[in-house]
Amino acid sequence: MALSVMLCACLAGCKQPPGPRYVPDEAAAARGRAAIERVGCGACHAIPGIGWPKGRTGPSLDGFRDIGLIAGALPNTPANLAAFVRNAPRVKPGSTMPATQLSEEESRDVAAYLYGLDDE
Amino acid sequence: MNSSTTDVFDAWWGGPPPVLDPAGPYADNVVVLAWALFAMGVIVTGIVVVALYVAIRGPARWKAKLGGERLVWIGGVAFPGVVLTCLLVWGLWLTSSLTQPVPDGAMRVRVTGYMWWFDVEYLGPDGDVIMRDANELHIPVGQPVVVELRSEDVIHSFWVPNLSGKEDMIPGRTNELVIEADRAGRFGGVCAEYCGGPHALMGFVAVAHDPADWAAWLAGRSMTPPAIAEQDVPGTVPALRPVAAADTVDDAAIAANGRTLFMESGCAACHRVAGTEANGIAGPDLTHVGSRLTLGAGILPNNRGTMIGWIGDSQSIKPGNRMPSYDMLSADELTAIAIWLEQQR
Repeated sequence: MALSVMLCACLAGCKQPPGPRYVPDEAAAARGRAAIERVGCGACHAIPGIGWPKGRTGPSLDGFRDIGLIAGALPNTPANLAAFVRNAPRVKPGSTMPATQLSEEESRDVAAYLYGLDDE
Repeated sequence: MNSSTTDVFDAWWGGPPPVLDPAGPYADNVVVLAWALFAMGVIVTGIVVVALYVAIRGPARWKAKLGGERLVWIGGVAFPGVVLTCLLVWGLWLTSSLTQPVPDGAMRVRVTGYMWWFDVEYLGPDGDVIMRDANELHIPVGQPVVVELRSEDVIHSFWVPNLSGKEDMIPGRTNELVIEADRAGRFGGVCAEYCGGPHALMGFVAVAHDPADWAAWLAGRSMTPPAIAEQDVPGTVPALRPVAAADTVDDAAIAANGRTLFMESGCAACHRVAGTEANGIAGPDLTHVGSRLTLGAGILPNNRGTMIGWIGDSQSIKPGNRMPSYDMLSADELTAIAIWLEQQR
């Protein structure tokens, strides 16, 4: 009996590692990438998959899939990321990042692209 | 979505502008000649390949004919002589329009190459400068425009493939190139002569307007910019700023601060903004920077984000360009300068 309890406890400790929290839509990600190039996010951010420019005024945008808080302030959800990308000062007052020239749909696409990036 | 931004970068962004899509009579002739030479090359290559095949695999009777002296005289001397002469005469005739004197009274623009951007001066009927801009050339549709090309440092080359051939910009000398657009639109231009470091990032945009639009555009650009604190701050993006009322007021206050920062951070030593104490001539004139389509000489879309990124860290965007990265400025300071510059329209 004691053995089987221990065995159960061990097995429970061996559960599968969590999968990626978001499975981005590839078509949306491709549109998002094009939007990133058009508005020039690279002027401030190094973004994997964007060859040039790789600005250093803002932080690198590696792997949103795995981070805790967006811009250190917002719970990491797709809706929050899209809202932040579109109008950062509105969702995080005092943010350095200005509002961008993205439509709501485009900002969702950009979020899809950013979630698709692996920081490994 | 703002389609105008998309159009510019269809024309320039991500690579050289399209070279086989003429939008005016001068470019038309160049493209026709290019296609003719290309077609001739294909035909001659085809003949050579067939002859080679016959020489290697063909029946003996054909081989004998190929080896005869007569074929050498016809295929090796007469044919190229006649064809190349015809092509040369026709080509000279086609391209003679590129160097013909333009009618008196044509609009004149002076474009000066710098490492690594283009200064643009619009000349009045007496040759005086009526408006100064950079990295952007606005012309009316259906009129030949004489572009006076100069350089302040090394040899550059001015090329808007949709509008004409390329022409060198040489220090100490003025070259003239005539361009004409037969449809409204935005056409990408590049420096077409290697001029050092970020040569590949030296571009500009030519915008062709319908004549009425063009006159309105020119009238809208006076030599002095509007007062700083306007009611409707042009730099904001209304559709994207739902908190508009408060924001607009803020922007005006921030812009006044940005102006001070611009003068105190040394920006004014290199840049001119008409109507202010900024009078530098080493860098592009910023009098109308807020209404330009691109930043960094045709390489980035012009919006608040890219403006902040450019001021803060231009060296990572365009390595080796002559503007230092102002990374000693805080985020708020960069934003303030960017907001003030947005208003220079």
